[in-house]
Amino acid sequence: MLSRTADHLYWMARYMERAENIARILDVNLRMSMMPQSAVQEEQAWGATLRIMGLEGAFHQRYAEISPEAVLEFMVFNSENPSSVRNCLRAARENAHAVRGTLTSELWETTNGTWLKMRDFTPEMLADAGAGEFFEWVKYRSHLSRGVTIGTMLQDESLRFIRLGTFLERADNTARILDVKYQLLLPAGEVEGGAADYYQWSALLRSVSAFEVYRKVYRDLITPARVAELLLLRVDMPRSIARCMKEVYANLREVVNDQSAETERRAGELEAQLRFGRIDDIVRDGLHNYVVRLLGRVQDLGDRIADDFLVPVS
Amino acid sequence: MTIKQFYNEMTDEAGRVRPHYAAYASWLSEMPEERLVQKRAEADALFHRHGITFAVYGENAGIERLIPFDIIPRIIPADEWQTLAAGLRQRVKALNLFIRDIYHEQDILRAGHIPAEQVLNNAQYRKVMQGVDVARDLYAHIAGVDIVRAGKGEYYVLEDNLRVPSGVSYMLENRKMMMRLFPRVFSRYRVAPVDRYPDMLLNTLRSVAPTGVVDPTVVVMTPGAYNSAYFEHAFLAQQMGVELVEGQDMFVQDEQVFMRTTRGPQRVDVIYRRIDDDFLDPTAFRKDSVLGVPGLLQAYRAGRVTLSNAIGSGVADDKSIYPYVPEMIRFYLGEEPILHNVPTYMCRKPDDLSYVLDHLAELVVKEVHGAGGYGMLVGPAASKAEVEAFRAILVAHPERYIAQPTLALSACPTFVDAGIAPRHIDLRPFVLSGEEVQLIPGGLTRVALREGSLVVNSSQGGGTKDTWVLEA
Repeated sequence: MLSRTADHLYWMARYMERAENIARILDVNLRMSMMPQSAVQEEQAWGATLRIMGLEGAFHQRYAEISPEAVLEFMVFNSENPSSVRNCLRAARENAHAVRGTLTSELWETTNGTWLKMRDFTPEMLADAGAGEFFEWVKYRSHLSRGVTIGTMLQDESLRFIRLGTFLERADNTARILDVKYQLLLPAGEVEGGAADYYQWSALLRSVSAFEVYRKVYRDLITPARVAELLLLRVDMPRSIARCMKEVYANLREVVNDQSAETERRAGELEAQLRFGRIDDIVRDGLHNYVVRLLGRVQDLGDRIADDFLVPVS
Repeated sequence: MTIKQFYNEMTDEAGRVRPHYAAYASWLSEMPEERLVQKRAEADALFHRHGITFAVYGENAGIERLIPFDIIPRIIPADEWQTLAAGLRQRVKALNLFIRDIYHEQDILRAGHIPAEQVLNNAQYRKVMQGVDVARDLYAHIAGVDIVRAGKGEYYVLEDNLRVPSGVSYMLENRKMMMRLFPRVFSRYRVAPVDRYPDMLLNTLRSVAPTGVVDPTVVVMTPGAYNSAYFEHAFLAQQMGVELVEGQDMFVQDEQVFMRTTRGPQRVDVIYRRIDDDFLDPTAFRKDSVLGVPGLLQAYRAGRVTLSNAIGSGVADDKSIYPYVPEMIRFYLGEEPILHNVPTYMCRKPDDLSYVLDHLAELVVKEVHGAGGYGMLVGPAASKAEVEAFRAILVAHPERYIAQPTLALSACPTFVDAGIAPRHIDLRPFVLSGEEVQLIPGGLTRVALREGSLVVNSSQGGGTKDTWVLEA
């Protein structure tokens, strides 16, 4: 297939996935803010949301202080924030539009329909009860688009590049969510979570739809190390890094070309390290450092995939 | 301006429903207006969701709009269509022979049927094509011929579009929409199907591949997602199952065209290009074109790739060449034209110019190279000031204009805000020339939605209708 087509498919999927993850992060914060917490805690939580996407600097250039309204406006609607939900859905749609002939009509209509509907939402509509409903809507549109993708697309290269985009983006987002929340909740690197933290940790789990999963897998109290294990190493957890890398590696193997051997090797290496990794080792060496290195490797894979397949080489 | 005397497609002079509309008219009369309003809203919503839109240039650039779709079909009886189809085949055959002749021996010029400077000084004449042989000697593989109906219902050819005629996707989508909205009414008629068009197009394109290529790779070339006709480009590529490429996706090596794919370069044999000659190859035509492929012209001249339509086809669809098409048919085919031209005054001729200047208020004046309904004067609809402003332009550059009588275009009942009312229409059938010359029954019917308006172009507030050719 055309390199440019693959590029659009890959970014279409990445932006849709990013919109979903941002909605998840904001949704959890919104729920948390309904629980008793100090003003400082609340500000920290909303600030962490910005930090997850690396957008603190951009935010402070535009807003005097952190408030739920300001963060929501910035992360959902702001046209200058390339990662606002609105811009992600627009970018997903623009990429789909550029290759609409490659998509099934259902997938194109889903992506186009999501964007058309997004244009109707306003910050005022999110002000009161509307925000939770809005985040649900974003998640469902993302679920729908993934379902339509799997349910209607021919299992050829197009689908592989869409899946690569989805899982690389998800790996990146899950790693960021874990890292920032971990630092926020365990500032001194202590491993024991007190009772007061229960809501915080369960909120983190809920943000990646992992609360029930946690219960089912561990049948025990929520501890930070297990949360980290679930999100990093459990291959059966659909949003974990291990799962994402397994999918990245599998999809990459389906599209290999003459110059992609090293990319394939690196993806396989990372996948194996996650599969055989132990959470105790990771926590002992410091989770933050581990995640920073992990994000670097995910980024590296993204760059290499772009070089090998997507960016036309003259 | 309201034209009082025009041919009504549905009813005759006495107001009686014409036989081929009878079943439809009775069905329509049983349909409450609320239902029609609801169906029209449904159609709009579906077109929006499907993204069947076009982009508008100029102000509001970047906005995508729907082409208004009218839910009342235009119906053409079988015998009328047979005549039209024969006339269209004849005309397009002659046009292709003309282009071939112009770029080779130029017999028609030497025989004195067309003034040589008319052709050779024409901006659409491409000297680089002189002496170049193309597959099957065919140039305009896809032609869109605009047909109108005037007077007592006679058909006339208004213009030939041989460069990158568009609109066929709306022909196909309109039919799908009608079948979805009103499935039952189709049981009352034998409407000739149109959905074979993409297959016919692909076969046509494959049949004009460079000689010796066994299993040719066909692509559709688009200027990109922001082009006004992008929906159609993507649609046709998808329906044919071929790649939709932009200039940046292709490169030329050793006079061979390749596209860049995720598995490395792949050879391209036939390019259905939806981009003007000027932008095809920055090393040969416009240097500032970022849409083209450097070296494409050289590969083309070497016969290693087919461009569809051929470079230089525009020499035959220029409005200053149009008056000579009947002459071409006689000259190349030895036949009398089946379809008539609209009488045309060539403003570059002093006599014609003085007639045109004296009758500006009655005539339609068009730019010779114009398209899309821009830069034209519809005399009877224009204000005095507009007519005078145009007169000044005309006197300064008479060679740029032709003029034609204001035709009382036929009208078809159309569902507008005021209810069902007649609106003026035209018809663009699409003629494919490859191994054989063929066409899909019907074409795109465009309708001027404003009362009295004669301008059907989508850029000027025109809409479209489904076109039914009845089977005999």
